[in-house]
Amino acid sequence: MTTTTTELTGGGAAPEAAPTAARQRRSGGLGSYLLVRFLLIFPTIFILVTTVFVLMRLTGDPITAAQGGRLPAEELARRVAEAGYDRPILVQYWEYLGQLVRGDFGTAISDGREISDMLTSFGAATLELAFYALVVAFVVGIPLGRLAAYLRDRWPDAVLRVFAILCYATPVFFAGLLLKLVFAVNLGWLPVAGRASTGAEIQLQQQDGSTGIYLIDALTLGDGEVIQDVLEHAVLPAVALGLLTAGVFLRLVRTNVIGTLGSGYVEAARSRGVSERRLLRKHAYRPALIPIVTVIGLQIALLLGGAVLTETTFEWKGLGFQLVEYLQARDFVAVQGIVVLAAVIVALVNFVVDVVAALIDPRVRY
Amino acid sequence: MTATPARDVVGIENLSVTFATDAGDVDAVRDVSLTVGAGEVLAIVGESGSGKTVTARSILGLLPETALTRGAILLTSKDGDETHDVVTLSRRDLGDVRGRDAAMVFQEPSTALNPVFPVGWQIAEGLRAHGAYSRKEARAKAIDVLRRVGIPNPEERVDHYPHQFSGGQKQRIVIAQALALDPGVIIADEPTTALDVTVQAEILDLLRRCRDEFGTAIVLITHNMGVVADLADRVAVMYQGRIVEQADVRTLFSAPVDEYTRQLLGSVPRLGEGRARTADRATARAAGWQEATPVVEARDLRIVYPGRLRQPDFVAVDGVSFAIRPGEVLGLVGESGSGKTTIGRAIAGLTRVTGGSLTVHGAEMNGMKERAFRPLRERIGFVFQDPASSFNPLLTIADAVAEPLVVHKRAKNPQEARGRVDELLEAVQLPKSFGDRFPHELSGGQRQRASLARALALDPELLIADEPTSALDVSVQKRVLELFDELQRELGFACLFISHDLAVVDLLADRIAVLYKGELVEEGIGEQVLGAPQHPYTQRLLASLPVPDPDEQARRRAQWDRLR
Amino acid sequence: MATSITAVDAPGDLPAAGRRPRGWRGLPVIRQLRQSVGLQRGMLVAGLILTGIFLLTALFAPLLAPYEFNQLRDAAGSFGAQQAPSSEHWLGTTVGGYDVLSRVIWGTRTALYVIVAAVLMSIVIGVLLGLVAGYFGGWLDRVLVVVADAIYAFPSLLLAIVVGIVLNGGESSLRGGIMAAALSITVIFVPQYLRVVRAETVRIKAEAYVESARVIGASNWRIMTRHVFRNATRTLPLIVTLNASEAILTLAGLGFLGFGIEPTAAAEWGYDLQKALSDVTSGIWWTSLFPGLAIVLVVMGLTLVGESLNDLADPRLRTRRRGPATPADVAETSVVPGSPAADSSDLDHGKGSL
Repeated sequence: MTTTTTELTGGGAAPEAAPTAARQRRSGGLGSYLLVRFLLIFPTIFILVTTVFVLMRLTGDPITAAQGGRLPAEELARRVAEAGYDRPILVQYWEYLGQLVRGDFGTAISDGREISDMLTSFGAATLELAFYALVVAFVVGIPLGRLAAYLRDRWPDAVLRVFAILCYATPVFFAGLLLKLVFAVNLGWLPVAGRASTGAEIQLQQQDGSTGIYLIDALTLGDGEVIQDVLEHAVLPAVALGLLTAGVFLRLVRTNVIGTLGSGYVEAARSRGVSERRLLRKHAYRPALIPIVTVIGLQIALLLGGAVLTETTFEWKGLGFQLVEYLQARDFVAVQGIVVLAAVIVALVNFVVDVVAALIDPRVRY
Repeated sequence: MTATPARDVVGIENLSVTFATDAGDVDAVRDVSLTVGAGEVLAIVGESGSGKTVTARSILGLLPETALTRGAILLTSKDGDETHDVVTLSRRDLGDVRGRDAAMVFQEPSTALNPVFPVGWQIAEGLRAHGAYSRKEARAKAIDVLRRVGIPNPEERVDHYPHQFSGGQKQRIVIAQALALDPGVIIADEPTTALDVTVQAEILDLLRRCRDEFGTAIVLITHNMGVVADLADRVAVMYQGRIVEQADVRTLFSAPVDEYTRQLLGSVPRLGEGRARTADRATARAAGWQEATPVVEARDLRIVYPGRLRQPDFVAVDGVSFAIRPGEVLGLVGESGSGKTTIGRAIAGLTRVTGGSLTVHGAEMNGMKERAFRPLRERIGFVFQDPASSFNPLLTIADAVAEPLVVHKRAKNPQEARGRVDELLEAVQLPKSFGDRFPHELSGGQRQRASLARALALDPELLIADEPTSALDVSVQKRVLELFDELQRELGFACLFISHDLAVVDLLADRIAVLYKGELVEEGIGEQVLGAPQHPYTQRLLASLPVPDPDEQARRRAQWDRLR
Repeated sequence: MATSITAVDAPGDLPAAGRRPRGWRGLPVIRQLRQSVGLQRGMLVAGLILTGIFLLTALFAPLLAPYEFNQLRDAAGSFGAQQAPSSEHWLGTTVGGYDVLSRVIWGTRTALYVIVAAVLMSIVIGVLLGLVAGYFGGWLDRVLVVVADAIYAFPSLLLAIVVGIVLNGGESSLRGGIMAAALSITVIFVPQYLRVVRAETVRIKAEAYVESARVIGASNWRIMTRHVFRNATRTLPLIVTLNASEAILTLAGLGFLGFGIEPTAAAEWGYDLQKALSDVTSGIWWTSLFPGLAIVLVVMGLTLVGESLNDLADPRLRTRRRGPATPADVAETSVVPGSPAADSSDLDHGKGSL
């Protein structure tokens, strides 16, 4: 991750200087580490925003992209000039950055909505889906990963590894289709698509102070049937997206725990009679968590990408579903808004993850 | 459950260990029988591959799954009540025995401690595995044992993490973990190899106190004959998986029986061996030699590594002055972090000089541009410390040795240079056919010879040797050092010989310079520096060095105690 | 000068590893196959078989497929839409009236084209940037690393979509569509190769053999080409296999979102799955099941190969042969689970050549 920027520059002499340097690093402490890490959020967002902006504008202005061919040339030129897309690209870029700083993402071309509005209302749905999926991934991936590491090279390990690869190899939309086919269409146990039945949805949206996160809204509403309806709708999308991530977690936990199980300190603890079970649960697991947490942060990218596909499969009206709609309408202003939001989320999540890793690792903490 | 008549804590009977590898089965230990009496220190010595570590680990059943163990290892508890055969114990019973009857001290203290738990917790883990302790009791016990191994302020330090301790302190903590359960025997696997000499002396002292105060027997695995002479009561010499000789320590050093033992003892460099030779060389020098322009001259040399992210700079070398005249060997001695390697690298233009003056072949290195320095490079040779990484794994030895010839246009390509390469290989006593081999097909000693051949390819006037033998076994080291000496006399190059080992430097160097924390504390001919050291650090360094002679070492130990 | 030539310094001073096997036994995958044991071998073999089937299918698609990928009718007339599996159409027909089996088979070709194009482009760019960044360091390195890290952390599918918008612009011909998909995937992969190659380069730069070349006075160009390049790229085959599977998933994802290749230009599984989305609700299973299974099997095959190679290259993860067969008259081996060979110098007999 970002720590790669500070790699050795002293060449082979670094080892000799290392002990002293390590002692000095401590005086910097957690505070300055977190500050540096926090400041790194901004270049990350800046780079992604710039990359997206440059790429999107390589093709020309968004109005021509959306309505070119459908409008007479003069009318098109008038609209382009009105929106300011005929000015030099640098001026537009600078203006766009200024807008973003103020939290203004512009207006969608296709439906004329404020994009920041659209992001908050559909973002809630995506957030809810991502939360369910993470729960599935943690509950399934982490214990199974530990189990696989413990039973390394025996048949349960083999089964679990193939399961992990299968989770990864199955595209979420295909997993979603299969789940739908079996549990919704053939067995009829669960709803086919959507976030709630129409009746429940109306109730939820008309409620005062609605958050857009249906589970929370349903709980405040306090209607048992609505809660059940919301949860039933969530099961299949959560499993489809969660299993993808669970496979990655399983593999990650297995690899890292096997690594620490073979380390000198676990061997040392074993030599003092600490039981194998305790070696796994304490001595090997805690140090393995540091790399695990760091890599889990990178999985947020996988989760967001997967959410787009899952939402399309299950007509889950979140940002991913909306993204596809805007893509089909060739509304690139809205698409850009969603992508920029994703960049901000990625940068923030990675910051949080580094903070958590620092809290686990005493070498950074002290 | 058998009761042993004599109070032996460990009894190994006909132990054989075989490993399954890609290349087929390898017998690591063959038919070894040993006993360790209560409160006795048994040293198992041998070079790499002798099976000493495998023997020691098998006592605790700590061998990997690829190992097959045969024979019996009888472990008796400290009170003498119970005896178990480790080879046949179930996994659960093995857990009961480990730590309680026998405990282990590892070579590398930094990897033997878990980085994410406080040291007190780690000590308590061993206690909890063998009995019910409340959190408070375990903590009190941990503080107590930390105090006994000499960790200052243990009430506070018990909650610290491993990275907050120095290397020597970490090894004390590892020993504390072993002592916490009051085992009958401690198995110490190269316990001081990763440490500096001055720290080594302290750890050896601590181990001796473990025996004297706790009555713990010690199985000491080591390759260092000085360490053996310092600590052991009895010695078993291992060679190719077998025990070739067992004797009490005085007998072994004074009257070794086995051929291999004699060869091993003969290979150990001893202080003072080089003095006569140095004197010979000094008298043989031509008049006016003192006035010759030095090949290397440092005046107030200062090298600083810049700190990153608001950390202070690290001063590696501070105000060092010395000179190396043509044909002279300067030995640079120091412990880790003393700046000795940095000086060698600065002379070779691998590290930037930040202050003072350093001239190499008359060129000022402070502010030197690589382009301007390049022509001078053919007059400098360099031998690196690590034989494992000093050759590109994808090139043959001949290609690697030919590289300086090709770079400096003495040959168009490696094939054309082959004649000279063969000559060089012969000069370092390697068969010509080795030129066609890849580095991993050579042993460590062979690779260091090839490395020497590469460094000498252009007949340099200056050779920098950075710990060239520290990764080698003593018998291999001896031959490489002899070869080095021969070539130096024959070719007459000036040399900076960097080492942490006083005895090795004494063997080769005309003059010795001692570095301590980046400063040069003492310099002179071997007789002065080693015979009558002036600086307190040199005195301490010298007194810390264990010599391979039990009686002499006992005297030195007393002297070391006084200096402390 | 001593006259005798001593080949071996001391009996204990042996090379760390035996001679590397030469000839066909030394070839990358075959060497690992010979090295592997038990379960790991099983996984590697399964992966190789699946990958082999994939490659053969792609190669012989014209022979294997009963119809063209864009064929809607034959001599007997139109195929008809959403026909259940039958003797004429073993796997049925799609909502657009294509033969499912033919499209699944032809799909292997599209997938292979995209993998090859994407991996080739990203290797060339990524290795070059990684070498330069790692070797020279400085501000260029910092900038490249920050950019690569930012892109690496970003959802690859979203990035591919953005690149797809730029390149695609409604293009749907076979070559244009494939190049657009491949380029979208390249943008995702370049940071990965850059990171790996850069990290290796930084490590190798500090190795004694590179320092030795610097002391000798070799030029930067010579050091980079002769010492760093080949050593830094040794792990690439492994990443390539894992990336190939990621490429297929991304391609399918793009297809599913409608950024794929039109059905008249080539067969693409993700696109077919998108069209099958509505079929599922009415219980039509064959249009989604078979293209989906094709993706799963190919990705599984490649991932199995990649993971096995990864495990075999990592000494911590590599399974070793169990202890030698126990002679009948001898006591039981003491087995400690989860403890690979301790890395003490005495124990390194098991260290194989990479």
